Amino acid sequence: MEEGLARAVLWGCLLVVLGALAAIVGHVLVQGLPGIDVDFLTTAPRASGREGGILTTIVATLYLVAGALAIAGPVGIACAIYLAEYLREGSLERIARFGVQTLAGVPSIIFGLFGFTAFVLWLGLGWSILSGSLTLAAMILPTLVKAAEEAIRAVPDSYRQGSLALGATKGQTILRVVLPVAMPGILSGVILSIGRVIGETAAVLLTAGSALGFAVSPLDSGRTMAVHLYLLAMEGISVPKAYSTSAVLILLVVGLNALATRITSRFTVRR
Amino acid sequence: MRRASREWQRLGERCMERLLFAGSLSGIVTLGAMVVFTFAAGLPVILRTGLGRFLLGQHWRPLEGEFGIAAMVVGSVFVTLGALAAAVPLGLGTAILLSEFAPPWVRRIARPAVELLAGIPSVVYGFYGLVVIVPLIRQHLGGVGFSILAGSVILAVMILPTLITIALDSLRQVPDSYRQGSLALGATRWQTVRRVVLPAARSGVVAAVVLGAGRAVGETMAVLMVTGNVAVLPESILSPVRTLTGNIALEMGYAAGEHQQALFASGIVLFILTMILNGLIQLRRVGRVAR
Repeated sequence: MEEGLARAVLWGCLLVVLGALAAIVGHVLVQGLPGIDVDFLTTAPRASGREGGILTTIVATLYLVAGALAIAGPVGIACAIYLAEYLREGSLERIARFGVQTLAGVPSIIFGLFGFTAFVLWLGLGWSILSGSLTLAAMILPTLVKAAEEAIRAVPDSYRQGSLALGATKGQTILRVVLPVAMPGILSGVILSIGRVIGETAAVLLTAGSALGFAVSPLDSGRTMAVHLYLLAMEGISVPKAYSTSAVLILLVVGLNALATRITSRFTVRR
Repeated sequence: MRRASREWQRLGERCMERLLFAGSLSGIVTLGAMVVFTFAAGLPVILRTGLGRFLLGQHWRPLEGEFGIAAMVVGSVFVTLGALAAAVPLGLGTAILLSEFAPPWVRRIARPAVELLAGIPSVVYGFYGLVVIVPLIRQHLGGVGFSILAGSVILAVMILPTLITIALDSLRQVPDSYRQGSLALGATRWQTVRRVVLPAARSGVVAAVVLGAGRAVGETMAVLMVTGNVAVLPESILSPVRTLTGNIALEMGYAAGEHQQALFASGIVLFILTMILNGLIQLRRVGRVAR
């Protein structure tokens, strides 16, 4: 009796969770998809977004993704390699790890405040793609480090021993043996980070601004899709355009998730 | 000749190690820079107002130079508690089902669903709240719709993935021998879950709840879009509130001088709040390893 009731309640929980997801995704896609066509994706917004498409916001988003990854990618992977391959347990390891873990829990608005004082004002970069990229790089660093470190640790020790036994140095072993094997795991971390950059709004608004024109130089301000959606909705500019922008964002996330799953599953099969 | 090349090789190795070492400090250096910059910008106003008056002051009147964030702290706490009240039972229930009862095909459907839930940008959740949840509340429960309730509902959905993933991980880590032992003694599956599996996974479940709370407190855009943002102490769950995060995001665009410093000061409060939540988890983890 109690057993059956408990099971029913647990199944109910799952159904509510899946139902919430279906309700949100379904509603946004049903309302937003009809407004998405080639024109919507390839023309610039007109009348502050009331008409036209979202091309400039797509460009700004891509720009920011590339910038943040170019900065955080090398640094994060270096950090992961050192944590996994060089550091022994000790106070240095704890400090390095504490930094990354704490950073992971800091709310994005704090990254926005930091980016605003440090990059926009102190470095004098202004509201720009560059300020935004630096800020988002700090934000995705923990995600990248965690994924890369896990992937590197998952490489079997026999690979390293084999390489070292053939006379390779530690550096050569890491670059030629460990990293290539760990690459799928690192890539799925990269994809996760791309998703975070695309979806981030608060930190971007404070550091990259919301100029609606084409961002050409890294010192131009740019409005990403997420910021555009926020302004369309909150300033009551256009609900249909907001729906379509939301639908594009959801489709992007679905695509990125599918890509990550494919990379991970191929990785598992190969090992 | 060969010795020279070996020297070069050794130099290369040393350079690489130095570079990687520098990279490994990136996390702590970034964190340090964030603390320095936000504290430098925000601390003066806290010192001038006095910590007590800043935290407990009920009036946020930036134009008159009066900075009390009590209403916003209350707003953040209520919205977070509301979200936890809905998300903790739902998330735990789902995690228990997926770990202990569900057949594999259900797990195969649920995993990508939870990942999708985690990946949807917060501004999309906010937009959904704005066009669906807020009008629903306005029509059926009264008030303006922009409310603690709307914020809690949206936040609950947003923190579900955190709760489910971490709770599920810790449930799966409970060794199967525990379950087998309990079942062999004649306990039912549900009794086993309640008396054996859940207590064994307790620290992970607590971590899931604390991390979920941390995400809820720090969430900005989604909450800002549905809570109405009135910086006054709320009277009921249908009252509009302004959260700490929302306050910063709303006013940073035009704030200047002391007003801007006060926003950084509320950032510091938020920073410390989330640091405490994170510290709790890391302490637990260290304690567990030490044992």
